[in-house]
Amino acid sequence: MDLSPLRHAEGCVVTKTYRRKLDMSGRVDLSHGAGGRAMAQLIADIFHVALDNDWLRQGNDQSVFEAPKGRMAMTTDAFVVSPLFFPGGDIGSLAVHGAVNDIAMSGSRPLYLSASFIIEEGFPLADLARIAESMGAASRAAGVPVITGDTKVVERGKADGVFITTTGVGVVPEGLDLSGDKARPGDVLLVSGSIGDHGVAVMSKRENLEFDCEILSDSAALHGLVADMVAAAGAALRLMRDPTRGGLAATLNEIAQQSRVGFRIEEAAIPVKPEVAAACELLGLDPLNVANEGKLIAVVAPEAAPALLEAMRAHPLGCDAAIIGAAVEDERRFVQMTSSFGGARIVDWLAGEQLPRIC
Amino acid sequence: MKYVDEFRDGHLARGLARSLATLARDDREYRFMEFCGGHTHAISRYGLEDLLPPNIRMIHGPGCPVCVLPVGRIDAAIALARHPKVTLCTYADLMRVPASGGMSLIKAKAAGADIRMVYSTLDAIRIAEAEPSREVVFFAIGFETTTPPTALAIRLAAQKQLSNFSVFCNHVLTPAAMRAILAGEGEGVEIDGFVGPSHVSAVIGVRPYQFAAEHFNKPIVIAGFEPLDVMQSILMLVRQLNEGRCEVENQYGRAVTTEGNVKAQAEVADIFELRDSFEWRGLGEVPASALRLREAYADYDAERRFGVTTPCAKDNPACECGAILRGAKRPHDCKLFGTVCTPETPMGSCMVSSEGACAAQWTYRRFDTQRVAS
Repeated sequence: MDLSPLRHAEGCVVTKTYRRKLDMSGRVDLSHGAGGRAMAQLIADIFHVALDNDWLRQGNDQSVFEAPKGRMAMTTDAFVVSPLFFPGGDIGSLAVHGAVNDIAMSGSRPLYLSASFIIEEGFPLADLARIAESMGAASRAAGVPVITGDTKVVERGKADGVFITTTGVGVVPEGLDLSGDKARPGDVLLVSGSIGDHGVAVMSKRENLEFDCEILSDSAALHGLVADMVAAAGAALRLMRDPTRGGLAATLNEIAQQSRVGFRIEEAAIPVKPEVAAACELLGLDPLNVANEGKLIAVVAPEAAPALLEAMRAHPLGCDAAIIGAAVEDERRFVQMTSSFGGARIVDWLAGEQLPRIC
Repeated sequence: MKYVDEFRDGHLARGLARSLATLARDDREYRFMEFCGGHTHAISRYGLEDLLPPNIRMIHGPGCPVCVLPVGRIDAAIALARHPKVTLCTYADLMRVPASGGMSLIKAKAAGADIRMVYSTLDAIRIAEAEPSREVVFFAIGFETTTPPTALAIRLAAQKQLSNFSVFCNHVLTPAAMRAILAGEGEGVEIDGFVGPSHVSAVIGVRPYQFAAEHFNKPIVIAGFEPLDVMQSILMLVRQLNEGRCEVENQYGRAVTTEGNVKAQAEVADIFELRDSFEWRGLGEVPASALRLREAYADYDAERRFGVTTPCAKDNPACECGAILRGAKRPHDCKLFGTVCTPETPMGSCMVSSEGACAAQWTYRRFDTQRVAS
C-alpha cells in the first residue's frame, strides 16, 4: 500500500487512509467514471502523474490563469483515431498536437490546454496510462500545459476505447491578423513538408488493412515553426492552416471558398514520400486527400515568399518546405492542378469517406 | 515507386503526344472507348485529354462494376442485410451506391443492419469463422478480375465446411457488355476502337475480345492502367486505323498473355456458370453477361439460401446514364449533371463510383463544362 500524500482530484479529497496502488494490469470499469473514490484515484494516479503541473495540483474544477494583454485565440477538437497507437504517435500526443496546431495556425502562441476523456468500460489501465504519459510528454515538449480536464466512463460498446477532446487557448501577436478569407490572387502557396504521412501511418496499422510500411506519423506541434514564419514574413502572411482530415485537397478548397479565389498547384512540386505514394497507389487513394498532423500550408504575399520559404526550411519541421502554387482569380473557386504530364485537373473535396476501390 | 514511376514520366508522355499529333490524320476523327473505369480515372487524374489532338476523342465506357450494378440488386443486398441473423460483408465502394427510396448500404448500416466493409474475400471468411452464430454473406461484385478471389473464398468455405458463409454473386463479364454496346451502334454510338481492360485480360487473356475485331471491325488494344500505358495504347489504335488494320493488340505484355491465367479460369469455371441474362444499370438486360454459383456449390449461394428476389427498380427518368455508358452522350449532356447529381448526391450510376464517367468529369475536369455560381 502506498501511503504517500494524495492530491485532490475533481474536487474530491482522498485521504491517505484509502490509498491503494492502482492495479495497472486491470481495466477501466464503470466505477472509474462514477465520481467516487475509484475515479479520484484514476485521475490522481494516471492523469495527474502524467500531466503534472501547478494548476492541476490545485485540484479545482477549473484553473485560474493570468490573461495576457491582447487578442486571444481558442480552439477545440475531438480525437477518435483508430488504432489508438500508430507508428510515430498515439491518440494522447495527437490530442495535444492537434489543439496546439489549431491555435498556432492563427499565428498565436498557445498557452494552455484542457482535456476531456471518454473511456470505454473494459479499457486496459496500462494503455490509458500510456496515452496519458504520451500526452504529458507532448505537452511538456510543446511548453503548453494541460491545466484542467474531465473524465467519463461509458458502458462497453458505447465508445471505441478512448475518445479525447482538447481545448486550447493562445494569444495573438500584435499586428497579426491571419484568416482563411485573406488569400488574394497572386499570393504564393507553400507547404511545410511531405503530405499524407500521418494518414498512411494510421492506415498501415488499421484492422484488416495492415501492411508493412516504414512511414511514421508526422504528428508534431508546429507553433515553433509558426513563430519563425511570423518572424520572417510578418504582416505579409495571409493565412496558415494545418491540412488534417481531408488532407491538402480539402484545406485548399476550404480556403478557396473563404477567400473567393481559385488555386493553381503543380503536382511535381508537392512533396510526397515514395512510400506514401506507393501505399496510396495500392489502396486507390490520392495523397492529396490523406490526413496530416504535423504539416501546414501558408499563403503569403508574393514578395515575402522567398524569405518565408527560407525560414521554413531552416526549421526542423519545415526542412522539406516547398512552394506548390498560387492563388488565382476564379469566381468558381476551383483548385486546379497541373499534372506531372502537363495536363490540368481539378483537385476536389473528397465525396464522403475516403474508401479504397475494388479495382 | 519502382516499376510505376517509369510509366508516369512526363517527358515520355509529351513525346507520345507529339507522335500522336503527327500520326493523327486531319481529315478524320478518332473516337475510342476506354471500357474500364480504371482507364477513365487515369485519363482524368493525369489530364491526358489535354495531351491529345482535338480530333482524338475518348468515350468513357461502362467499365465500372459498381456503376453497372442495377438498383434492384442493391435493394436485394439491403434486404439481406436487414435479416436479423445476417452479417453482410462488402467492398467499401458499394456503401454509398444509391438504392430505392433514398436508401444505401451506408444508410442501412446506420439504421442498424450488420454491414461490414472488408478489403478481401478472406476477411469475410474470417468473420464467418469467428462468429458462427451469424450468417455471413459476402456481397460479390466485379468483373473477371475480382471473380477468382470470390471463387477462392467459396473453395475455402467448402474445405473448412463453413455452414454460415454464402456469396451474393453479382460478377459480370466484360466481353458480353462490349458486344451489347457494339450491337447497339448506330443509335447515336460511334466508336472507332477500344482501349481494353488489362486487369480483365490478365485473367481471361486476349482471345475473348477477338469477336469485336472480327465481327464488328473494331480494333482493340489491351492497355495497362498507368498514364503512359494509356497514351501508348491510343497511339497503337491510331496506327491500326491509319494502316487499315483491325486487330486485338496487347500493349500490357508485362502482365497479360494471350491465354491469361489458366489456373484462375479453371477455378472460376468449376464454381461459377453463366446466367442466361443479367441487368446492367444503363445497358439493360445483357444476355450471358454474368455468373452465378453452380448447383454443386448451392449451399454457398445466398440467393438460394435466402430466397433473394431482385426487385424491379427504376433509375431517375431524367438520368442519361444509359446513353453515357454506351458512349452516345457525354456527362455534361445530362441535365442532372452537376445540378442535383454530384458525387455527394449521385442520382445515376455514372456518378456513383469514383471511376464512373460522370464522377470523373465532375471531380477532375468540370472546369471544361461547368460553371459554378460564386
